[in-house]
Amino acid sequence: MSIETSTLGTLVLIAVMTGVTLLTRYGGVFLMSFVRISPRIESFINAMASSVLIAIIVPMAYEGDLGARVALLATAGVILVTRKPLPAIAAGLAAAAACRYLIPGA
Amino acid sequence: MATLSPSYQLQPARVRAEFIRLMPIALFVVAFGAAFGLAAVQAGLTPAQALLMSTTVFAGASQFAALDMWGSTVALVPLMAVVFAINSRHLLMGASLYPMLKELPATQRYGILLVLTDANWAVAAQDYQNGQRNLEVILGGGLVLWLAWLLGTAVGVYFGGLLQQPEALGLDMVLGCFLLAMALGGKKSPRVLVAWGVSAAAAMVAYRWLPPHTHVVVGALAGGVVGYFWLEQKPA
Repeated sequence: MSIETSTLGTLVLIAVMTGVTLLTRYGGVFLMSFVRISPRIESFINAMASSVLIAIIVPMAYEGDLGARVALLATAGVILVTRKPLPAIAAGLAAAAACRYLIPGA
Repeated sequence: MATLSPSYQLQPARVRAEFIRLMPIALFVVAFGAAFGLAAVQAGLTPAQALLMSTTVFAGASQFAALDMWGSTVALVPLMAVVFAINSRHLLMGASLYPMLKELPATQRYGILLVLTDANWAVAAQDYQNGQRNLEVILGGGLVLWLAWLLGTAVGVYFGGLLQQPEALGLDMVLGCFLLAMALGGKKSPRVLVAWGVSAAAAMVAYRWLPPHTHVVVGALAGGVVGYFWLEQKPA
């Protein structure tokens, strides 16, 4: 089924996107309210939480250009040494910018 | 089952502090919002429609993906599937906050989840790993990110993109670098490192061979399984 992007149709499409996104924001919490939080479940949740970040970042590095990879490496280096997020992010951006300036098309 | 009375009180002063704490990252969100606003107008949305979408959906990656599917008609089920797949990470992010969220009254719990997004969740998750309960960042940080997304969209639809080539300044890497900094700033036990390895491998397998946009959920669940079978030693 397709919806025409008329004024009304676009409103319907935006409403559908909003509903689906809201379902994702609420669904996990709602389902968890039926789960008894055992130490095992808590351990699952904690391992999953930091794994979300890794699962976002690793394919990003894989599909990204050299600049993207250098940015992530620089951020990793600085955060591990200084433990301060803002300098780490700044280093990542600077590394990406420098890499793309020096090696265009890499 | 015993019902615990809500025991987490959101503190307005901390909400304000978290609003300010995430302002630097929100500035970058303005740039992404401008890119979205411009792309939305180019895809045929009116400024008002683009702003409405950013206001109510507030999930950048899925909004960009929707624009890719935009035409004189839009196929409904594929649109729903793509939006759901990209945003399904929210399911896991919300679930991971549940041990804290269950201490909030239901109205507040579902109220602050309206502005749940990657950056404020990453801060809350990192703080939780470090033994701090911080739901204020979900609300305060979420609000500043949401406002930045709206402001950026408005700039984009009325004035075009802020920068000709944001990637020349590395700006496309802000969120990636931010999330990586959050991950590496957290606790790193052997158990966490094994979970990350499994998660990375599973995410790559899903990225290569499973349907698009499933890699985050697959990787995160795989990492969670490590936690399920390998319990952290509780300090006695």
